[in-house]
Amino acid sequence: MIGRRSAAASIAVALMSLAIVARPAPAQTVVKVGLISSYTGFVAQAGDQAQKAIDLYLKEHDKDLPPGVKLEILRRDDTANPEVAKRLAQELITRDHVQLLTGVILSPAAAAIAPLTAEAKVPLLISIAAGGSAIPRISPYVARVSFTLWQQGYPIGKWAAEQGWKKAFTAVSDFIPGHDSEVSFTKGFTDSGGQIAGAVRMPPQNPDFVPFVQRIRDAKPDVVFIWVPSVQGTAFVKAIRDLGLRDAGVQITSAQDLLPDEQLPAMGDTPLGVITSGIYSTAGERPTNTAFLAAWQREYADTAIPNFLSVGAWDGMTAIFDLIKATKGKFTADEAMSFFKGWQNPDSPRGPIMIDPDTRDIVQNIYIRRVDKLEGRLANVEIATIPQVKDPWKELNPAK
Amino acid sequence: MATEGLVRPRLAAGPPPAQQAIDAFAGRHRYRLLEALPWAAAVAAYFLFPSYLPLGAQILATILFALSADLVLGYAGIVTLGHAAFFGTGAYTAGILAANGWGEPISGLFAGAAIAALIGFVSGCIVLRTTGLTLLMQTLVVATLLYEAANKASWITGGDDGLQGMEVWPIFGQFRFDMFGRTGYLYCLIVLFLCWYLARRIVHSPFGRSLTGIRENVRRMHAIGAPVRRRRLIIYTISAALAGTAGALIAQTTGFVGLSFLNLERSGGVLIMLIIGGVGRLYGAFIGVPLYMIAQNRFSEIEPVYWYFWIGLLMVLVVVFARGGILGLVERLRR
Amino acid sequence: MSNSLSAVISIGFHGLAFAMVLYLISVGLSVTMGMMGFVNLAHGVFAMLGGYVLTSLMSRMGVPFALALVCAFVATALGSIVVERLLYRRLYGGDELDQVLLTMGLIFMSVAAATYIWGPLQQPMHPPRWLSGQVDLGFRSFPGYRSFLILCGAALVTTLWLGLERTRFGMKVRAAVDNLRMAQSVGINTSRLFTLTFALGSGLAGLGGALGADLLAINPSYALENLVFFLIVVAVGGLGSIRGPFIAALLIGIADTGFKYLLPELGAFFIYALTMALLLWRPRGLFGRA
Repeated sequence: MIGRRSAAASIAVALMSLAIVARPAPAQTVVKVGLISSYTGFVAQAGDQAQKAIDLYLKEHDKDLPPGVKLEILRRDDTANPEVAKRLAQELITRDHVQLLTGVILSPAAAAIAPLTAEAKVPLLISIAAGGSAIPRISPYVARVSFTLWQQGYPIGKWAAEQGWKKAFTAVSDFIPGHDSEVSFTKGFTDSGGQIAGAVRMPPQNPDFVPFVQRIRDAKPDVVFIWVPSVQGTAFVKAIRDLGLRDAGVQITSAQDLLPDEQLPAMGDTPLGVITSGIYSTAGERPTNTAFLAAWQREYADTAIPNFLSVGAWDGMTAIFDLIKATKGKFTADEAMSFFKGWQNPDSPRGPIMIDPDTRDIVQNIYIRRVDKLEGRLANVEIATIPQVKDPWKELNPAK
Repeated sequence: MATEGLVRPRLAAGPPPAQQAIDAFAGRHRYRLLEALPWAAAVAAYFLFPSYLPLGAQILATILFALSADLVLGYAGIVTLGHAAFFGTGAYTAGILAANGWGEPISGLFAGAAIAALIGFVSGCIVLRTTGLTLLMQTLVVATLLYEAANKASWITGGDDGLQGMEVWPIFGQFRFDMFGRTGYLYCLIVLFLCWYLARRIVHSPFGRSLTGIRENVRRMHAIGAPVRRRRLIIYTISAALAGTAGALIAQTTGFVGLSFLNLERSGGVLIMLIIGGVGRLYGAFIGVPLYMIAQNRFSEIEPVYWYFWIGLLMVLVVVFARGGILGLVERLRR
Repeated sequence: MSNSLSAVISIGFHGLAFAMVLYLISVGLSVTMGMMGFVNLAHGVFAMLGGYVLTSLMSRMGVPFALALVCAFVATALGSIVVERLLYRRLYGGDELDQVLLTMGLIFMSVAAATYIWGPLQQPMHPPRWLSGQVDLGFRSFPGYRSFLILCGAALVTTLWLGLERTRFGMKVRAAVDNLRMAQSVGINTSRLFTLTFALGSGLAGLGGALGADLLAINPSYALENLVFFLIVVAVGGLGSIRGPFIAALLIGIADTGFKYLLPELGAFFIYALTMALLLWRPRGLFGRA
């Protein structure tokens, strides 16, 4: 017979077991990261290259997150407008409460966001591009894993002078990244004994580069250094072809932006022999690069080729994942920054990289590459390595 | 006023609808309750959407920009693809002052408006002699020349990097521009209100009415002796001043000025927003701008690349089905 | 050959080739704007379409160059007829602003559509073997493809001029450009005339975009990037004219290239300052009729 007492007891037991069963699962830590990049506007191609790398990394490494930790990436398009980037950063911080910001292609966008990082104490890890040297100095909460323009320009200037070329001519786009590239090459070249025979600055919106290549020919230098944004690489190469610059005996050098890996196959044979400095080439012979390319091939087949922007974005994700793994997803801004300072990744597709603890900027190998034919296709073949280069501008201009 | 009696003849034996039409026409300048709606909405938005205030401030400033474009486009019939020239000039003026030691916002605003008005006056003297495609191209060229000049003068404008180091002082020494955008939003709202009031007075004044005449039938205006050239120049200059004010507002509330403030996308964008809302009706800006900017903001979070497709489609649909923009559609529905 | 003379010839030559491409693309716009007064900002979309058709046919399907050019012309002309019948027709004689909004909307949609179909990267264009290499004229040699472009441009302007002056169709076009209402009242079917002219003009733009793919890269933002150039050629040349855009394109192409060579620092300003000056001197364009 089920008396009242036993009924009450069974109800109590039932309620207690319900309470045990219904106890909330261990709290999920959600790490929110704001990704600000350009998906429309004139750098849309760059944004696309980086996004593919980020998507691939997340797919491959999602399982590496600690149990109970989820990563939420909030993607925003700054439409290549720095003031939009600033407003998006503001919204990500105040409305979405992100713990970290990353991405960024344009230097002015990064420069606009940097003051916010100090005011709100939210770190910014520049991972795609934004290579203006002074940016990490704007705020102590900025770190970078992409590259700087001086890192590209200075070493090749120095290397070119060391090859015995005496006279150099520079041709760059007439806006700040172009100026930085010109000044850094010139410094590297002249510091090692070379002479600059002339310089030309070209209008940024420019379909036809023939008049400028003609000027290069007129000056008859031993070597020419060129810098144009990566979207204009093909157009410049066509002007080189049409004016026969190579046949005129001028060694053509540039930074990686002239011959991005994904545009190289479509440029015909003109780029053969062009020497560039860069942080990454798909032809780089490293086991980590082979694995990276294999993963890329599995996911994207022939629809895309990774380039230096993809690798920056990839390493940015690596750094963020390492941070999450080390802190189980719970970190303050200061903890994140001390983690990033001195962070190393020996297994990056571009070789060993590190974030300098003093400058919070990327330290990486700079490769001198020459365009050769590999298996019937053009590739940036690495012919020399300058190891662990720190940003030369900061070295030459120490912070007071 | 003396003219009132002339415009509203009392037809003792006239049919009521005619009298109504005349009354409506004569009473256009009077304030209607409906006109309080945008302001009520803006104030409500301040309380309802506290985390969207930075976007809200940019919307308000862009409404002012579109309003200035409406004065030349909708009321004077001057089709321009270079209005960003004045917007950018105002922004750089306020920005350069703030980056070089003078961060007082209100005087910065006036300085921006004044320099923009100057550029408007000078370019207007050159450009307003022409019409049609030529006028369009000339306005475009003026804006492009300013863009290139700003890029070249990077020692003062920051060039491609944009102006760095702007420090805007608190308004009246009291209200600081904070990261949540509260001060910025109210600042933009008040400035917009004052400028709107000014624009409304102009539009409903005899001067403003004569502009409509110039737009509709230039020959007749010449024939009745109205100083056409001078009036177009005046409204162009006033519009430039308002556009410069809008630019200065954005510079001060975001703490940044860049070359994109002077480019073709900026000029084209404000035109599109205005036409979608409805040109020549004073409130087109208030409808088109928030619609466009909020939609863009939403889309950029979901699928940024295909934003272009949907906004392009909206534009085509507006032309095919809603000639005269949204306000035009509303007008037709009311009849 | 002395160096400076060689440089000048080279600059002149390349500027000429660039001018031919601009002309090919813009001549259709000038005639249609002159005839119907329709502000067609989306003209560049047709040039872009021609470029995409050519590069897709050549690289993905191995279609020979000449055939691909014909396809580019035909595809663009047909596409333009569809657009004209469906959309443009409604706005003839209407408000300029509506036309601006409509055509801007079409440009935006084309950017998204091109990105979706062909991806964001620019399309590779390799001139066919028989046109690559150098053309040796004795005193110096010139790039083969650019020489071909110049010949095409010259052939086209001659054909168009002959067509305009010597055929019935051309006569009707001239009549409609001069005075649309009168042309209608003498029995010319202006509606059909305009569709044909529009198709021809857009087809030419497609052809120009295809031929010029080596110079003006084919990518989704093509219509936006190059809008200003096309408008400058048409405005400076004058609406409703065949010769006008030719002279304007020559001026712009050669002067721009030359100025960038001589004074690269001011290169960006020059083309705009020149446009402003020319438009101040001749507000209706150099040969404007409409």
